[in-house]
Amino acid sequence: MSAPNKSYDPVEVETLKPEEIERMRDEALAAFAAAGDLDALQEAKVAHTGGTSPLALANREIGALPPHAKADAGKRVGQARGAVNKALAARQTELEAERDARVLVEEAVDVTLPYDRTPSGARHPLTTMMERVADVFVSMGYEVAEGPEVEAEWFNFDALNFGPDHPARQMQDTFFVQGPEGAGAAEGESGVVLRTHTSPVQARALLDREPPVYVVCPGRVYRTDELDATHTPVFHQIELLAVDEGLTMADLKGTLDHMVQSLFGADMKTRLRPNYFPFTEPSAEMDMLCYVCRGESVGNPDRPCRTCSSEGWIELGGCGMVNPRVLVACGVDPAKYSGFAFGFGIERMLMFRHNVEDMRDMVEGDVRFTRPFGMEI
Amino acid sequence: MRVPLSWLREYVDLPATETGRDVQARLIPAGLEVETVEQVGAGLKGPLVVGQVLTIEELEGFKKPIRFCTVDVGTANGTGEPQEIVCGARNFAVGDKVVVVLPGAVLPGDFAIAARKTYGRTSHGMICSGDELGMGDDGSGGIIVLPPEIEVGTDAIELLELVDEVLDIAVTPDRGYALSLRGVAREAATAYGLPLRDPALLDVPGPNAFGHPVQVSDPLGCDRFTARTVTGLAPEARSPIWLRRRLQKAGMRPVSLAVDVTNYVMLELGQPLHAYDRSRVQGTIGVRRAEPGEKLTTLDGVVRTLDAEDLVITDDRGAIGLAGVMGGANTEIDDTEGTTTEVVVEAAHFDPISIARTARRHKLASEASKRFERGVDPEAASAAAQRTVDLLVLLAGGTADAGVTEVIAPSAPRTITIPADHPDRVAGVAYGRETVVRRLQEVGCDVYGQDELIVTVPSWRPDLTDPNDLAEEVIRLEGYENLPSTLPKPPAGLGLTDRQRLHRRVGRALAGAGYVEAPNYPFVGEHVFDQLALAADDPKRRVVKLVNPLSDEEPALRTTLLPGLLQALRRNDGRGSHDLALFETGLVFLPQDEPRVAVRLPVDRRPTDEELASLTDALPVQPRHAAVVLAGAREQAGWWGKGHPADWADAVEAARILARESGTVLLVRQGQYGPWHPGRCAELAVVVDGAEQVIGYAGELHPGVLKGLGLPPRTSAMELDLDALERASAGLPEGPHISTFPVATQDVALVVDRTVPHAAVEAALREGAGGLLESIRLFDVYESEQLGEGRKSLAYALRFRADDRTLTVEEASAARDAAVALAGERTGAALRS
Repeated sequence: MSAPNKSYDPVEVETLKPEEIERMRDEALAAFAAAGDLDALQEAKVAHTGGTSPLALANREIGALPPHAKADAGKRVGQARGAVNKALAARQTELEAERDARVLVEEAVDVTLPYDRTPSGARHPLTTMMERVADVFVSMGYEVAEGPEVEAEWFNFDALNFGPDHPARQMQDTFFVQGPEGAGAAEGESGVVLRTHTSPVQARALLDREPPVYVVCPGRVYRTDELDATHTPVFHQIELLAVDEGLTMADLKGTLDHMVQSLFGADMKTRLRPNYFPFTEPSAEMDMLCYVCRGESVGNPDRPCRTCSSEGWIELGGCGMVNPRVLVACGVDPAKYSGFAFGFGIERMLMFRHNVEDMRDMVEGDVRFTRPFGMEI
Repeated sequence: MRVPLSWLREYVDLPATETGRDVQARLIPAGLEVETVEQVGAGLKGPLVVGQVLTIEELEGFKKPIRFCTVDVGTANGTGEPQEIVCGARNFAVGDKVVVVLPGAVLPGDFAIAARKTYGRTSHGMICSGDELGMGDDGSGGIIVLPPEIEVGTDAIELLELVDEVLDIAVTPDRGYALSLRGVAREAATAYGLPLRDPALLDVPGPNAFGHPVQVSDPLGCDRFTARTVTGLAPEARSPIWLRRRLQKAGMRPVSLAVDVTNYVMLELGQPLHAYDRSRVQGTIGVRRAEPGEKLTTLDGVVRTLDAEDLVITDDRGAIGLAGVMGGANTEIDDTEGTTTEVVVEAAHFDPISIARTARRHKLASEASKRFERGVDPEAASAAAQRTVDLLVLLAGGTADAGVTEVIAPSAPRTITIPADHPDRVAGVAYGRETVVRRLQEVGCDVYGQDELIVTVPSWRPDLTDPNDLAEEVIRLEGYENLPSTLPKPPAGLGLTDRQRLHRRVGRALAGAGYVEAPNYPFVGEHVFDQLALAADDPKRRVVKLVNPLSDEEPALRTTLLPGLLQALRRNDGRGSHDLALFETGLVFLPQDEPRVAVRLPVDRRPTDEELASLTDALPVQPRHAAVVLAGAREQAGWWGKGHPADWADAVEAARILARESGTVLLVRQGQYGPWHPGRCAELAVVVDGAEQVIGYAGELHPGVLKGLGLPPRTSAMELDLDALERASAGLPEGPHISTFPVATQDVALVVDRTVPHAAVEAALREGAGGLLESIRLFDVYESEQLGEGRKSLAYALRFRADDRTLTVEEASAARDAAVALAGERTGAALRS
């Protein structure tokens, strides 16, 4: 820094005149205000706060003033520069906010665009329906029992009190498995069939476990029906078996009521009608209240119900008290234990629970049918 | 069993206001499944009267013969003048009595009758056929010609009992007695609390020595045989209208008087009967087992070769009937020539099992066999014979022969002893002894005893054999609908098994990955194995075959899930869904190495473990498989950019998804098998008990196989044995230790021969890198000219981390170098320069 110049008249230093400093400040403030974007502000910043800006140059002149004038001029320049910097920062913040807002607008997208990059998968409703029903009972303490689909006749018929000539045995349209070659291939000679119901699992469960036995048995079964809108040779059943001391038909009724309430709503109930099955005695056909019309379509032609054909009840399946002969064949003492059992078709339940009109839709594997059912049912 | 309500009322005084629907509502809870109530003659409205044909004028010039008739209908038309009617039928003559419907009447089917011009004349009504009146088949095929004694002007609606209700009952196999009016009436009487007029309560003369000779050589097969003879039958006698109408409503066709009467009594009492033309029976009627190969022509005209187990009725010549099933043609009542004037009536009781077997053997289910199989009341045989005789005497002017033959094998009444509270304990309801006894008596039982009831069951209920059978009778009559609803308390269960959980998880994981479940029928034809290019000695070609498949094209059970899944894929593709990912889990059926017959075990005790094991040995092995098939786009193109076709890698990844769900280490290596593309097939293996086991394959299918099956190009598939995968599961995963020190990342690009699999390089890198390696990931694969012919570059990102410190660059580099060195040693990999 050079030594103070004492030879000039301070009045003659134009840039440090108060009005000049005010002018420089005002010019800077005006330039910032006029800057329309961050680039323009940057230019104004260089012009009015940079090393060669008028105020910076003015600041440099202060040193040349006589000591008595320095403080005054310094104060004036300092205040002016303070005001300029403050205005700059404010404008900077303002313009940045404007820019940020604009960017967000510019980045907006059409959120309605699809994203079907990988089509969704689904489980088959027959699978999930069986699980759903099984879970009702698993939560009560039942276990899930399984058995083979190709089954010995003894399990499928004999152990269930279908004698060799029992008329009921002829009612079942059974697929018979060919016997070993050389041993003849006539009907029945292998003693092996495709199981016609899930009931053989009852016998297996009783042989595998010590009473009390509480099991459900979902699975695939086979009968020699041609595929059409209401029949399929391969279908699914779920079977329930409870064997314990003192079980009664009232317990059977209560268990059925609980099931339909769990699947169809709290006010649901079942109805039993006498029927005949070799493996239960007494036997019953079970109906459930129509969950759609709750029976109100009966005798009410103005409000027909297509789910129950205005019958008020939907036929569900067969049930009864386990025939003591079945217990004997499975080594369970009928004097000590009694039991109940029931079984019904999953396809049928799917048809009326989900308005599936054609059995073929359930067996053809068309993805358009299965997808809407998702993961659970 | 079809039960006309008007007929039922003959035995029970049902309230006059009760409709068929009302009776249905009472019988169903009692266990008679009344499926429908048919409204016979619904909508029928008169005038419908008996008329006599006065004149017939044949009209000429029409395509078919037409008659213009005048008919005397008495005063039914209001004028007393002859009614002019045009008629197209020809089975009547001047003087015949016919049924005439007059204008203003409505026939069933909402067919309103009015005078109308036809064939150039005006027809004032119609001469009616049975069909038009809703009467069912009467065998005549034309208009009804009535017996001459019926008066002109008689109301035909009443005469022909045209308006009625018919209950159609599906009788369960245990309730043979309900295949009769007598049985249904008994249930109706009980349901309404009314007395029953039992039609079997008839005065029957005792047996004597003058009846037709009968010799029963097989008293086990036939424990009762009643023979009665009626002579002097008027050959021209026809069944009266009431009898014909009842048969028609019950669903049977009137044939001839003798046959109609036996059918009528069978419907009434449930006892099948047979009437032999006495002049055609030679000598003693016998009952014996057939001789093997013996021939018999049955009434339906079929020549049958008999089995040694068949029970036959014989005369001196040989077999004249298949006992309890169908009569023979050689002793048939002559109903066309009308020459039969003497008949022998048979009312017998046969062994149900024998009848069932014969009916099944000859595929001959008759009204008689249906009843014998289900159980006929042996005590009703004499009454049924008597009733038949009475009707023949009444309707055909016959004379009952004094001779009465009865052959009866001795038998005792059957009794069952039950605690008086047994029904209570079965039902869970306190009925009390009095109710139990009363209900059993209503069924027809004789009941003695206090706390222990000695119950003699009625002869018509052979199905009542066990204590629970009696409990059912009490409970059903007390009403199933009155059972309370209680919940048992099972012991705490263990929930689903690990295997069951896995099956659910597998389904969810595959569905989550975009696969749609498609369960398929397990039926296959053996030609599919050729289509799948399986080797001639491939074990999958050994199949379980059905005796009676639905289609001869598909007589076997699947050994692989692929045929069904690929068919589902093709079906979807054909229906316009081209981007497909399907899965199935299900059983396959693998024959035992040495197939055996599953013997029939006893049922009067628990089979021994050995016996049960013999059944298991006779069944095919049935492992659960999982499979996927894919075609089209796995990822679709869209606004986000390009799509990605489904390919071999998706199929292999599906296997990895299953392995992850199962917690199993899956070994994926280059393989070749059957339907897969030889260069794009992964062999899937697991380690079970220290031994490697191949459990499936995945990849793209062979182009030739795809072409042969008509499947889209590049279709890919995976199939594995889910049970084997589960057996190889590592069990519970261990929680990893998580280090919070920073990660050191090193990338390496290695050049190897293109035949060197990535898996080998990665394994070497992993092993060489040692314990500091946290993860390794292949992030690029490429081939180029610079690398040289047959070479490829594999680029890996290695991440290192220590548990206890921040790694230095030198430590990480040393680990990387060790990894590269081992890869070089094992696979010839060189760092790309």
